[in-house]
Amino acid sequence: MSNTKNDRVTVLKTHKLFIKGAYPRGESGRTHPLRDVDGGLIGHLCTGSRKDTREAVEAARAALPSWSAATPYLRGQILHRLAEMLESRAAELTQAIRDTTGASAKKARAEVDAGIDRIVCFAGWSDKITSVLGNQNPVAQPFYNFTSPEAVGTIGVIAPESSSFLGFLSLWLPAVCAGNTVVCMASESRPLPALLVAESMPNSDVPAGVFNLITGLRKELLPAFAAHRDLDGLIACANDKEAAGLREVGADNLKRVRVVAEKTDFTNEHAWEGPEAFRGAVEYKTVWHPMSAE
Amino acid sequence: MASITQPSSASWDYAPAPESFRPEIAAEHGLFIGGAFVKPKSGKFMKVINPATEETLTRVAEAGKADVAAAVEAATKAQRKWARLPGKERAKYLFRIARRLQERAREFAVLETLNNGKPIKESRDADVPESAKHFFHHAGWCDKLRYAMPGGGEAKPVGVCGQIIPWNFPLMMAAWKIAPALACGNTCVLKPAETTPLTALRLAEIFQEVDLPPGVVNILTGGPDTGKLVAGHAGFNKIAFTGSTEVGKAIVKACAGRSVRLTMELGGKGAHIVFADAAIDQAVEGAIQGIFFNQGQVCCAGSRLLVEESIADVFRAKLLQRMQQLRVGDPMDKNTDVGAINSAQQRDQINRYVQIARTEGAEVLERCSGTIPAKGFWCKPTALAGVQPSHTVAREEIFGPVVALMTFRTVDEAIARANDSAYGLSAGVWTEKSAKMFEVARRLRAGVVWCNGFNLFDAASPFGGVKESGFGREGGRHGLLEYMAH
Repeated sequence: MSNTKNDRVTVLKTHKLFIKGAYPRGESGRTHPLRDVDGGLIGHLCTGSRKDTREAVEAARAALPSWSAATPYLRGQILHRLAEMLESRAAELTQAIRDTTGASAKKARAEVDAGIDRIVCFAGWSDKITSVLGNQNPVAQPFYNFTSPEAVGTIGVIAPESSSFLGFLSLWLPAVCAGNTVVCMASESRPLPALLVAESMPNSDVPAGVFNLITGLRKELLPAFAAHRDLDGLIACANDKEAAGLREVGADNLKRVRVVAEKTDFTNEHAWEGPEAFRGAVEYKTVWHPMSAE
Repeated sequence: MASITQPSSASWDYAPAPESFRPEIAAEHGLFIGGAFVKPKSGKFMKVINPATEETLTRVAEAGKADVAAAVEAATKAQRKWARLPGKERAKYLFRIARRLQERAREFAVLETLNNGKPIKESRDADVPESAKHFFHHAGWCDKLRYAMPGGGEAKPVGVCGQIIPWNFPLMMAAWKIAPALACGNTCVLKPAETTPLTALRLAEIFQEVDLPPGVVNILTGGPDTGKLVAGHAGFNKIAFTGSTEVGKAIVKACAGRSVRLTMELGGKGAHIVFADAAIDQAVEGAIQGIFFNQGQVCCAGSRLLVEESIADVFRAKLLQRMQQLRVGDPMDKNTDVGAINSAQQRDQINRYVQIARTEGAEVLERCSGTIPAKGFWCKPTALAGVQPSHTVAREEIFGPVVALMTFRTVDEAIARANDSAYGLSAGVWTEKSAKMFEVARRLRAGVVWCNGFNLFDAASPFGGVKESGFGREGGRHGLLEYMAH
């Protein structure tokens, strides 16, 4: 695609950030070009800053109490609604993947289908996480003892560069499904599918602040995510050097850091749609309660 | 300060708040076999009435032997392909059903109330939303079956399921049966109750709407003879039954010679224990909900109210006062608390038990407000005081708005009395001492124990009984296992 089609000059879009349910341009006012796989200009992107990250974390923190306390049934229905909204934009998402990766129509469409199906999968996980990952513990004392998974809190997500739709979804879906709120950094080089997902958030009934998206440069945003004291966890697609930085700086507030390799096979359903997908997105609470006839 | 005379609250009355929506009901309904509504080969039809008015609503087919055979054949033909469909594809059909049920909720609620007699506020706030939730919950299991059982590996379905459901929660029971079966890759033949087939048939319309593959669910209306034909058909790999213990035992016997999986959700005589240290007003409210919800036509109803002796008089007075406020009458009125009994037969059974209680020495206390309509089948909310453990009404299921009041002195006595029953479906415990609550819950022989609450249901929570209340669970992970092959 290029910025002219036949004789008509196309309207060139500047994709904005998605913070607290709104689309700000970013506080720094910086933008950078969005190019297709052949180098053609197809739009502009806001270059998110450390301050934008702060705004997004603040929104995620504010949204956390009600989202984590919402019934799993409600969270499931909202995620299903997101799948409904994206299903009708499948052609647009396919084109976005093709434009920015050069994938064949068939391959791009397969990624879109797999991604939407993955959202449906997590729509069905919200009210089963506790059934599958929690249990009653048979302690040798007169106590009822339960362990249940709970949301970690606010989670920063660094999306993979290449798997710009399926990989992007795979990193934040389990977290949001389990009741966390997230601040995502889209793929630096291929952010278009993630931006389209963000455009469908408000009309999917996802409450403002539950999902936030920032576009920008890894070299600026990774340190900002790592250093932010109010992010409780990071789920990051990062190379060894980046991962070391995230872990080291993140240790200041003992962030839970889950690192995922760029070359990960996101089509692996067992890994990305099974209980293992919740690694980094849940922690466990155990409750003891006495039993006594008195 | 001038004195203001307050009108007595007893003199206040509600203005009628009728639900005005009336769904269209066809004059005649066929059987739903192989994805289409078909005329019964039996050629027989039966009348369906509104139990609150005795007016005929429609006629439905009465499935005979050839119809049952056709439905089993359709389900068998569809089963392998349905099971081979990837879980996430099956899931999408179930999600569609859940969504359509939510979207058509008002129509289903009104239809349920017209056909069953239950108050519109219950069909609107409980039956229909819980049914949709059941489909939504099980939709999510379709692609996660391997995680439902530790080390389960690839889950296999049981096969073709015959499912026979009662008239007290017609749509919800259909959802409880169909949703887990479909999630695991089974196909079904559902037999709704003789008096309440309409919401199940309407559900079949939704199956058509969402393009559910033909034969995956088949619905056979009819009476007890149709039920016997379903239970006795050799083509089923599983029979799931919800209904009376008597019929349940007959089905178990009828299936004894075959290798067929069974789920039996049968009767109950729920013990509802109120300790002296309970929050008494909440406990009264719980007792009311426990026995008068759905006119007490609930297998897990709290029909034996065991109250600690030291608070028995106070509790009885409060209970009767609260009963006095229950509005009995037109189920389509949004203010109605207690609607019509589902059939003349059931009303007669309830009256018979109340007469037995009187003969055996119990005090019969009827209380309610509202106007009981001239036509239809009605029973007033009733408390039976002075019931002894040996009384018939303390041992047998009445299935109506009748609660037996009994007392106890110690924790051990409460538990012994509660467990002194052939049944073991539900029990309730009211106490503000949580350690005692958990200890009593541990010692009660019941499949479900509600603590400081009663009649709580959720798609994510297993439900089912022990002892002669049956076996198998419905709902949650444990309910799912009933529809997976070992």
